[in-house]
This record gives sequence, C-alpha cells and structure tokens, in this order.
Amino acid sequence: MSNIPAELKYTSSHEWIRAEEEGTVTVGITDHAQESLGDLVFVDPPAEGDSLDVGTACAVVESVKAASDIYAPISGEVVEVNERLEDEPELVNNDPYGDGWIMKVRLGADADLSGLHDADSYSDVLAEAD
Amino acid sequence: MLIFEQGREGRWARAQGPQQREELTDLPEQFRRRERAALPEVSELQVVRHYTRLSQTNFAIDTNFYPLGSCTMKYNPRACNSLAMQPAFLGRHPYAPDQFGQGVLRCLWELQEILADVTGMSEVSLAPMAGAQGEFSGVAMIRAYHQARGDHERTEIIVPDAAHGTNPATAVMCGFNVREIPTGPEGNVDMDSLKEALGPQTAGIMLTNPSTAGVFERHIREIADMVHEAGGLLYYDGANLNAILGKARPGDMGFDVIHMNLHKTFSTPHGGGGPGAGAIGVGERLKEHRPIPCVGRQGDQFRWLAEADIPKSIGRLSAFGGNVGVLLRAYVYARMLGRNGMRRVAEHATLNANYMMRRLHEAGFQVAYPDRRASHEFIVSLKHEAKNYGCGAGDFAKRLLDYGVHAPTAYFPLLVPEAFLIEPTETETRAEVDGFIEAMIAIREEAKTDPEFVQGAPYTLPVRRLDDVKAARELDLRWDQSAA
Repeated sequence: MSNIPAELKYTSSHEWIRAEEEGTVTVGITDHAQESLGDLVFVDPPAEGDSLDVGTACAVVESVKAASDIYAPISGEVVEVNERLEDEPELVNNDPYGDGWIMKVRLGADADLSGLHDADSYSDVLAEAD
Repeated sequence: MLIFEQGREGRWARAQGPQQREELTDLPEQFRRRERAALPEVSELQVVRHYTRLSQTNFAIDTNFYPLGSCTMKYNPRACNSLAMQPAFLGRHPYAPDQFGQGVLRCLWELQEILADVTGMSEVSLAPMAGAQGEFSGVAMIRAYHQARGDHERTEIIVPDAAHGTNPATAVMCGFNVREIPTGPEGNVDMDSLKEALGPQTAGIMLTNPSTAGVFERHIREIADMVHEAGGLLYYDGANLNAILGKARPGDMGFDVIHMNLHKTFSTPHGGGGPGAGAIGVGERLKEHRPIPCVGRQGDQFRWLAEADIPKSIGRLSAFGGNVGVLLRAYVYARMLGRNGMRRVAEHATLNANYMMRRLHEAGFQVAYPDRRASHEFIVSLKHEAKNYGCGAGDFAKRLLDYGVHAPTAYFPLLVPEAFLIEPTETETRAEVDGFIEAMIAIREEAKTDPEFVQGAPYTLPVRRLDDVKAARELDLRWDQSAA
C-alpha cells in the first residue's frame, strides 16, 4: 500500500502539494507515482521564474520504463526547483515527500487549493484505478 | 572486449591492405590528416573471430522468435537481399545518366506504383531515408498545404494517446502544438474528445490504424469526415500497415498522407541503424508538395523528377535517389508476394495474433481488450502478476529470453499498466507461437513458487540482468584510448 501523508493535498494525476508559509507551496509526485514509474533516471524541472497554468505540463520525470509529464497542480510562479535532482533523481524514489520534492511555487492570484484531493479522497482515486 | 583492446602496435591485416604505397597528390595539404587515425591494429583472424563472436551473442530474428509489438520484426526473405545485390544494381554510379539506369529507375517507379496501389494513395515518394524522415516530411506537407492556402492559424496537431510514440515528436519538430486526446474503453478514439479538440486551429490528426492498442479504429470514416470538415488533414502512421496490407487501404479510409516503414512491412534491413527507407504516399490534396527525388515515366522512359517537375515540393530529402539499395529489397519483396501474397501477409499476421491472444486469455492472462478482435498485435497486462507475485512485465521479459524468445515490447503503450505488446507476425509457425504461450504459463508458475528466481533472470545468456538504471543515469558511450 502506498504512503499517503494526511497533511498533504493531492491531484488525480499524482502530484502532491504542501502548503508552506507566505503563500507558497512545495510540489512533488506521490509515492504511488514513483512506484508506478520505477527507478527514475532523469528529472527535468521548470525554470525558476516560470509561470504555471493549472493543469498544464510543467516538468518531466523519466524512468527506464517511461517518460511522464508532471502537471501544474495550481497556478503560480516557480520560485525554487530542487537542484539535487539533477544528479540524484533517485531521491524521488527514496523520499518522494521529503528530499525528492520537485519545485516550490508562489501561488498566483487565482490559485485555488480547494479543488485538490485530501489524503482520503486521493486514496479513493487510487482504489478506483486499481 | 572491444576490438581496440585486442590490438598491438604495428599489427595489421596485410592481405587486406593496398598492395603498394601510393602518394597522395590530389588532396590539398590543409585537408590531410596530421596524425594517424586511431584504428584498431589487429590481424585478419582477430577481426573474423571478434565479429563472429559478436554475431553469436546477438539475439536476432535469424536465431529466435522476436514478437516485438509495434515494430513488425518479421523474417526478411534472403531473395530480397540477393536479388537487390546483383552486380548491375550495385555497380550503377549515382552520376550515371538516366538512360544508362533505366532498369533501376523502372524498379523504383514500379515500387512507387505498387505502394500507391496497396495504400490507396495518388502518388508515392521514395525519398525519405527512414521512417522518422517519412513522418517529418508527411507533417511538413500538411504545413505546406495550409500555408499555400494562406491558412496560417492552424497551429495544432491532434494525437490520440494510442498513436505511435513518435507522432507527437514529429508534430513538434514541424512547429505544431500537440493536442492529445484519450482512447475509449474499447480502444477507439474517444469521439467526444475529438469533437471538442477540433476547430479552426486544427492542422491535422496523426493516427495509427490499427492503433498501438492493437485494435482497428472503428470510427475511422467518421473521424476523417469530422477532421476534413474542420479543415484539417489526416496523417497515417504506417507502423502497423502489416495488419491491413492488401485488405484495407488508408486512402479509402480518408487519409491524406501516409508513411511506410519499409523495414517493418516490406522486408528491408531492420535495426542497427538501417539504412532505412520511409516512403510516403499522398492523396490529391498533398501530391504537389511531395518530396523529391521521385521517379517519373514518359512513355517507356523513366527519369528522376526534380524541383522543376514538382515546384511546390517541400524539397529534396536526399542527394541522388534516396536509399536505392534498400528500396530495391522492398521492390523484390513486393514483386515476390504480388497482390494476393500481400493479402495473405495480413491474414496470417492477424490470425497468429488472434490465436495467441485467445490462448493466453484462456490460460488466465489479462488481455487489454478481450471483447475486440486483435489486429496483428495485442496487449497483455501483467498487472496481477506484478501485484500478486512481484514479477511484472520487465521480469517476464527477461525470463522469456531464457526460454529462447525475444521479449515483446514492454511497458508500451503507456495507457495499459505492465503492458506486453505482442506481435507474432506472419512468418512464425504454430509450434513457435505455442512455445511462447507455454513459456508464459511456465514463467507464471515460477513467479508463484519462486519470484526471486524470475526477478533474477536471465540466466542463460552471455550477460545477466543489466543495470538499466545505472546505464541511463551514468551514460558511458565512448571508448577512451587513454584509459585502455
């Protein structure tokens, strides 16, 4: 059973979102996502300063099985990307909710967190897909 | 061991070298090499042994069943090779005038005609040197068509998620935005999503039919009408042409342009870098944009067509005549089969696939579209095996090698988890496909009783399981002389 921390928000496309201070969030991919992809070999994050539109592809993760888009879970501006992933993409596999975070985003004016799943409803999403 | 590592300074294969030393007089001084080229210094026998050993470690269609879905790894009859390598073909110089090459030009012209006939297109250009270039030129023609009409707002190419994997890349390379649309539960394009995606921004749609879901697109005529109505064009990816060869024609389905992977369907060299040939066929809308060189016929004379003959061509894709040697192999193959033979190719390819799909389904494997007839290929999902025994598509793939079968395409298409895309082709016997089915059943038993054993496969090949993660993370592609 994959790990779904209770304090995070989720998307149906398997990104997680953690609310941080002063209107920023940290974004990564879920334990289920990293497990389905298998060992990652490459992470291509957006550039700092990029503006994100909710639902559009903003980063790519690549494993030996597949390359997969990461979709912006909220709109806003990228303020930081996890540069360690350039040399250590395995952090996403080993610690998807910690050292394997992908980007930090400052929420845009129209950003809306209320449409995201909480842990319970994300686990329903996974159960349905199974 | 690399051949460089077997050498010793000063050693060479004297019998293979020039018999006397010749002075270089016709090459200007500044273009001459200052240092000796870094070539392996080995004897003739070392070379023979090295390459013979390499060929023995190869897992190839010439030694093993190779059911690689979406890629038609069928047997290339030896006659295609030997007939295409007759001295008169090999000896023709590309600068020789057309009147001294009427034989080869006629073969190429007839190949254009045969391919146009079997696909239902108006014209064929043999110019593209590979499937990727064929795709590129096809979408470039769609672009040229809209631009010639002053229709500059068409910026989008629609690509269903069951299309061939290269399609979105081609669209982007040609300067289009890609709009992906989903596949319905039966493996067809989702018509509501298509309707929603179409508009004045639509340049075209790229489809593979049968799709990589391994089923025939049932709504193809309706799709063609809708796309044309919206002002877009239809591109047919020829990856799966083997399934419908001689039975159904992309031109009749409403496609405007098609590329053919001659190495998949028409028995030309496959893999290892080719050389390839990705002939394209065009309908009436696009024929004035087709790439050159092509071969034209006037009376009983054949000649190369150039810019002056097709002024709106998207351009010249190759110097001289494209990969003529490869095209001749396809020509021999097509002539050997004839119209009826081509039909039998499709019939036997689909019969083999359906037989395998049914038997694997009966043996308890999950097939992706159990209610649909397979085309020339079908998808098995090893999701349950992965979940219950910890042995997924990758583990089955590696263990199949021990059973003497090349692994099918694994983890593709992406829309099915733990996918095996299996394509037996028409050239395998029933005993061979039965062997594959029995191997799958045996591996599942092994996975039940000893999953670690399956996870450690293969055991019988020159190399054990490779660390593909390490290989991808730490690419090491160059031989470093100083490290030797």
